Amino acid sequence: MMVLVIAGREFRSLFLSPLAWTVLGVIQIILAYMFLAQLDYFLMLQPRIAGMEEAPGITDLIVAPMFGNAGIILLLVTPLLTMRLISEERRNRTLSLLFTAPVSITEIVLGKYLGVLAFLLITVGMILLMPLSLLFGGGLDFGKLAACTIALTLLLSAFAALGLYMSALATQPTVAAVSTFGALLLLWIIDWSAHADSEGGGALEYLSLLRHYEGLLKGLITSTDLLYFVLFITTFLVLSVHRLDNDRLQK
Amino acid sequence: MNELIQVDQLTRFYGDHCAVNNVSFTLEKGEILGFLGPNGAGKSSTMQMICGNLAPTSGQIQVGGIDILDNPKEAKRELGYLPEIPPVYRELTVDEYLLYCARLHGLPRNKWKPALDQAKERCGLTDVQDRLIGNLSKGYQQRVGIAQAILHMPAVIILDEPTVGLDPLQIREIRELIRDLGKEHGVILSTHILSEVQESCTQVQIINKGKLVLNDSIEGLEQQMRASSLVVELHKIPDLDQLARLPAIQKIDDLGEQRYRIFHDKAVNPAEQVAELVVNSGWGLRELTPERRSMEQIFIDITRQTPATRELNA
Repeated sequence: MMVLVIAGREFRSLFLSPLAWTVLGVIQIILAYMFLAQLDYFLMLQPRIAGMEEAPGITDLIVAPMFGNAGIILLLVTPLLTMRLISEERRNRTLSLLFTAPVSITEIVLGKYLGVLAFLLITVGMILLMPLSLLFGGGLDFGKLAACTIALTLLLSAFAALGLYMSALATQPTVAAVSTFGALLLLWIIDWSAHADSEGGGALEYLSLLRHYEGLLKGLITSTDLLYFVLFITTFLVLSVHRLDNDRLQK
Repeated sequence: MNELIQVDQLTRFYGDHCAVNNVSFTLEKGEILGFLGPNGAGKSSTMQMICGNLAPTSGQIQVGGIDILDNPKEAKRELGYLPEIPPVYRELTVDEYLLYCARLHGLPRNKWKPALDQAKERCGLTDVQDRLIGNLSKGYQQRVGIAQAILHMPAVIILDEPTVGLDPLQIREIRELIRDLGKEHGVILSTHILSEVQESCTQVQIINKGKLVLNDSIEGLEQQMRASSLVVELHKIPDLDQLARLPAIQKIDDLGEQRYRIFHDKAVNPAEQVAELVVNSGWGLRELTPERRSMEQIFIDITRQTPATRELNA
């Protein structure tokens, strides 16, 4: 109940600033351009692959790459949305309102998280509209589309959890944004140096956000990937609760 | 149980620095407690701890009999707190903000509107209810902060320097509001303005360097202030009854070590009679000092005293 009250305010506050609208607009324009380029490419390719057996379909050639691009663009954008969550409240000294109200720290953290997550789900919905528009001219593999949607949702939930934690650490929103971006990018590319045969390569590969995201985008929903995201989100939410509780303890 | 707040041996360290040192007091219904002290004395830290915004290093705080550390949620239901800087969201309008606070404090839906209307009326916010808080003046923002603290009708209202940044007219209104609130709630307010305490409070506490150095009712304080007094130090133990029978003498306090404070009517100065009596009885007069203290004087005396002399006058 209290979680929803806090989430509701967080969500509405996002839309009171021009930031949220700008983010939605910019994401949509860039992805629409990529989507159209991908569509062009598919139309060019279509005659050549028409005769092939088990040829890749429209979902493989257009939808999956677009969701891949969406992941990268949102990696750039999510830090801007999460940076203000706690650091700005701390800066404006409005945290004491939440601390004095009869709500627990866990409820505060969950409320903030769900608030920004609701916004990110809107982005997913908007992105989803583009592949759905293909239904006017052809069919889609809905199973794969669902896998892509789940993948993007999980990815964004992970981004938001990390962003929330960084915002709980920082006193300035920009610092939170930069560190979130840095951490996410590092986790994205951490498997670059990993070679499956080298020692420890497997662990680095497991840590990489990209690996798990790509696995899901292929339409393979494995429990390893799901577990990775669930663990990732829980870890950073728990860390955020601890960090915020430290505000009260102030050693 | 009439005790709204019971603070027991509260202590808070920041690293090695002791901000609040073994502070104990109680607040009862209908009392307005003024918390006085120089800057950095530990007023805000104490208030933050009562409101659960800061964890004490040791000690116990009970709000309405509920321990705030064990049961924070229940205890916080009975608290309204205005910190030094009003915790307002600048991007919301006054109405939106107060509605959010009402929901945050778990008021049932049917009470939102009456609670909001009452808080806005009491704080004079009805005219600005649709304006963005960020566009309001400092004084109005302060009022929004007060409205937020009284919105859910808590048993205890804690205001940290509520009149800072207000113009004299607003200060008077807020003081009236505080007196009004004091009838139904327990109020704690901190300030470094002495006249404010004199005007609005029923109890006064002076805190200095984290220690509670004075805890008295406002009447007690005013008596210390108004009634002129004499301090005498004698060599031998006197017969106090004989002293008290002298004309115009109200009361004699024993300060220990044959020092006495003699309160007397303002109009007359019984110093001569006292001296005569003491000398005639052979009690050995060592000191005879007339005292006349303003509230400022009391404040300065108490906050500047060394620990040794503080014990004597406490």
